[in-house]
Amino acid sequence: MLYIKCPYCGLRAQKEFSYGGDATVKRPNINEEVSREDWDNFVYMRKSPRGKHIELWQHIAGCRQWIKVQRDTATHEIFQTAKVTEEIR
Amino acid sequence: MQKYSVFSLIKNAFSNHQNWKVAWKDPTPKSEYDVVIIGGGGHGLATAYYLAKEHNIRNVAIIEKGWIGGGNVGRNTTIIRSNFMYDANARFNEFGMDLWRNLSQELNFNVMFSPRGIINLAHSDAQMNAYARRGNSMRLNGIDAKLLDRDEVKKLIPMADFSDEVRFPIFGGLMQPSAGTARHDAVAWGYARQADDMGVDIIQHCEVTGFDVVNGKIKGIRTSRGDIKAKKVGLCVAGSTNILAEKLNMTLPIETHVLQACVSEPVKPLLDGVVTFGAGHFYISQSDKGEMVMGGDLDGYNSYAQRGNLPTIQHVLTGGLALFPFLSRLKMLRTWGGIMDMSMDGSPIIDKTHIEGLYLNCGWCYGGFKSTPVSGWTFAHTIAQDQVHELNSELRLNRFSTGHLLDEKGLGTKTWIG
Repeated sequence: MLYIKCPYCGLRAQKEFSYGGDATVKRPNINEEVSREDWDNFVYMRKSPRGKHIELWQHIAGCRQWIKVQRDTATHEIFQTAKVTEEIR
Repeated sequence: MQKYSVFSLIKNAFSNHQNWKVAWKDPTPKSEYDVVIIGGGGHGLATAYYLAKEHNIRNVAIIEKGWIGGGNVGRNTTIIRSNFMYDANARFNEFGMDLWRNLSQELNFNVMFSPRGIINLAHSDAQMNAYARRGNSMRLNGIDAKLLDRDEVKKLIPMADFSDEVRFPIFGGLMQPSAGTARHDAVAWGYARQADDMGVDIIQHCEVTGFDVVNGKIKGIRTSRGDIKAKKVGLCVAGSTNILAEKLNMTLPIETHVLQACVSEPVKPLLDGVVTFGAGHFYISQSDKGEMVMGGDLDGYNSYAQRGNLPTIQHVLTGGLALFPFLSRLKMLRTWGGIMDMSMDGSPIIDKTHIEGLYLNCGWCYGGFKSTPVSGWTFAHTIAQDQVHELNSELRLNRFSTGHLLDEKGLGTKTWIG
């Protein structure tokens, strides 16, 4: 069981959360011409690194907020969590 | 090569089985090969075998970081099927079924292919309609499909919960009678033994650390056991695809996730074929040893750990108990995990790349085992001829940007849901 520290609610079990994928993917700007490559990169292409990964989770059985989690994809260790509007570096 | 047969078994019994020859050698890497296949799993071994057999390319090395058959080919739940709706997937996998049917004879190694059928359960009229459509699509591609009503399902799996109280009552199901299971380790070993016999070097405990690419053309690879020159390089590394892609400065439509499976203690034969309970995120079959082999959802977050967490096992078995209440009385023998190269449309990629001489075989999601022979066959063709075969002509890397997706399940790009 992973234990994820929700920035709003504190440390909670993984079962309260649902996963939202890579948090570093940026949607192309609205109302601007988007190249096919940029759109591909946003929709389909993923680095999926082995090691530190910044990802989105939703505290779906809690405060229902989306949060960012920095986690190691090989050891499952969680280094840092933040509100979705905050940066993780 | 020593031929395996009942006679060789009897002969070797007289010498206490002390004189069997090794099934494959442990060579030192040469400095140069015509083709290097990275990844000594089922697909890599099959690719090397068909390169040698079908295309007479025998100066081939398989580079494996661990040991052959230690990855997903030894971690799957051994299901073989071709119950796909889209033409590209159906044709591809039905060609694979033909290879499976003759594989034990071809490899002189008993892969224990056992076509005992697979049933996908349906729990509503709408799902029955969808299965009727899928079954018709399968039949149009020459694949056997049978739409079962509730009573027919009950005859095949009487131990399932057919009472009125269940959350997902069984309306019927779609069956592919020619689907089945095989012994996964034997598939890896059988391909390895034949490939080795035809001159392929199987190099284990050798990690790829980098690639030599000059002017957009592959020249060789760097490994923990020295540099190896190669005219062509094929990637067959499943869950490690993104790690090697990063070394090539490539980004792929692939995410790596962990999938778990588990087996119970062995019991007497009670379940003939494979049963999938999609609504409960659960599937099950019984191995020849009698263990109930079970699996279900991904853990649901990017992972390179070849082990998972308990909540997913609990979730999967909760679904299992809803379908087969008798499971509550079985002890669990073991659980394990493997890492899946989840593609963004759920279908695989077997293609050339923008680097000349570099070929890609990935995106198997959690259905790679069934395609082992056909994946090796088409990948060998793609490498040898430097062009895709008709069978993998739609399994291209660029289908994501051109919009020709093969989203068999219609799940979109959230791979962790699929």
